[in-house]
Amino acid sequence: MSLDTALSPVIQLCNLTKRYGSFQALTDVSLTVASGERMVICGPSGSGKSTLIRCVNQLEKHDAGRVLVNGVELGKNRKALRSVRTDVGMVFQQFNLFPHLSVLDNLTLGPMRARKLTQDQATQLAMRYLERVKIPEQADKYPSQLSGGQQQRVAIARSLCMEPKVMLFDEPTSALDPEMISEVLDVMVELAESGMTMMVVTHEMGFARKVADTMVFMDAGRIVEQSTPGEFFSNPQTERGKLFLQQILQH
Amino acid sequence: MNRRTGMLLAALVLPLLLVGCGDKLQWYVVSPATPAGRANLLFMLGGLKYTILLSMTAILISVTLGLLVALPGLSTNLFARSFNRVYVEIVRAVPLLVLILWVYYGLPIMMGIAINVFWAGVVALALSDSAFEAEIFRAGIQSVDPGQIEASDSLGLGYLDRMRYVVLPQAIRRVLPPLGNQLVYMLKMSSLVSVIGMEELTRRARELVTAEYRPLETYTILILEYLVLILIVSAGVRWLERKLAVREHR
Ligand SMILES: Nc1ncnc2c1ncn2[C@@H]1O[C@H](COP(=O)(O)OP(=O)(O)OP(=O)(O)O)[C@@H](O)[C@H]1O
Ligand SMILES: [Mg+2]
Repeated sequence: MSLDTALSPVIQLCNLTKRYGSFQALTDVSLTVASGERMVICGPSGSGKSTLIRCVNQLEKHDAGRVLVNGVELGKNRKALRSVRTDVGMVFQQFNLFPHLSVLDNLTLGPMRARKLTQDQATQLAMRYLERVKIPEQADKYPSQLSGGQQQRVAIARSLCMEPKVMLFDEPTSALDPEMISEVLDVMVELAESGMTMMVVTHEMGFARKVADTMVFMDAGRIVEQSTPGEFFSNPQTERGKLFLQQILQH
Repeated sequence: MNRRTGMLLAALVLPLLLVGCGDKLQWYVVSPATPAGRANLLFMLGGLKYTILLSMTAILISVTLGLLVALPGLSTNLFARSFNRVYVEIVRAVPLLVLILWVYYGLPIMMGIAINVFWAGVVALALSDSAFEAEIFRAGIQSVDPGQIEASDSLGLGYLDRMRYVVLPQAIRRVLPPLGNQLVYMLKMSSLVSVIGMEELTRRARELVTAEYRPLETYTILILEYLVLILIVSAGVRWLERKLAVREHR
């Protein structure tokens, strides 16, 4: 723990518990994400990965335990939550782009309304990040005119425009056709290389091997294993971990 | 009914009415060929101004009011939701004609203010319609994908920004057809304000009937006045729908 604090944790979860009605989706989950750390979370369907990552920016409210982002505890104070949310980017499986806004307007909305940038500043920022995800020429199109891979890259750029301290990804490539997965993963690898702190739920084990500092394996609402990718892939410590890797690496 | 079928209908109905009923119809009362007929016709058309003014003012107020009533209906707060329910149930239960009479004759006594015919009509129409608008908006807002709200939240947008820039623009596109319905309904229901003496289309027609005693011809013209007015409004709403749809999926 003292080592983690020295590395200035961006995210700290302590004994997090979440219930949906009587169903316990998370049980006593604790983890720490240090600044610059890339954490990949995997586990079978229904194991609570989305719930966990959504508790970090409070799209789900936890029932017990603590969530701290940049040292600020969430779940008590609404004002703190909004300012924390501008520091935490989130990329969704279904992109969730705003269909009635052009790509450029999708990107400038957050900076203008939540960060109070001027239109010019926001447009400059947006174009910079569109170039970073390699689709500056699509700025004036609407989301429905883009391919899935392009839409997800726009969604990543939209989050980056908030210049967040940490990016959360919830299965960003699961809704994509196979031929579009790599264009999104490439952008994410570059982002990781630039030093961004990332928490990524994914089944893309190639990506995990390449960029993860920490692998987290979840099952039935608990963290079952937490180790480096090297250890996790070569020598999983639990039966459930082994079974999961067998199933997922068969393909 | 689109514009073309509307025109077709008008083209079929008009000549039928003009010649079909033979000597039962005495079109001289509203014949554009004679000075007296022209004067009567202009007198009737003079009501158009108030019908339009009344309906447009009332719909603007009722849409705003409806939205303000719809929002608490979507709250997680039980008190806010109850306010929405009570408002909708009560306002929806009052017959429009009764509301018009109550606002014109009752409200001034209760509030100790004078209210003229026009504003009494506007208030009654807007109030009555606002309950329906509230339900339309609530349904429209609920139909917006929750992922849109999650995306706005994760960008740190507050409630007002989220509503204004993300939720409402999408909701309003979806509720344009029912909003168009309400506008048509409003144009028709404005005829009820004639009972308190508002000089709109229906009142003018009734006055002309009293003077000339040609109810069949006069009320037929009245129907055609509403028909044309509403066909134009319908075409306008459809144009708006197309325009907004195009912006989204070019
Ligand atoms: N809003 C909800 N209401 C009730 N139960 C829910 C809700 N959201 C999730 N759950 C349940 O909580 C459990 C964990 O869900 P979660 O979405 O976090 O799993 P996941 O690991 O992300 O799975 P997947 O790989 O399928 O995305 C599941 O059993 C799910 O059915
Ligand atoms: Mg999930």
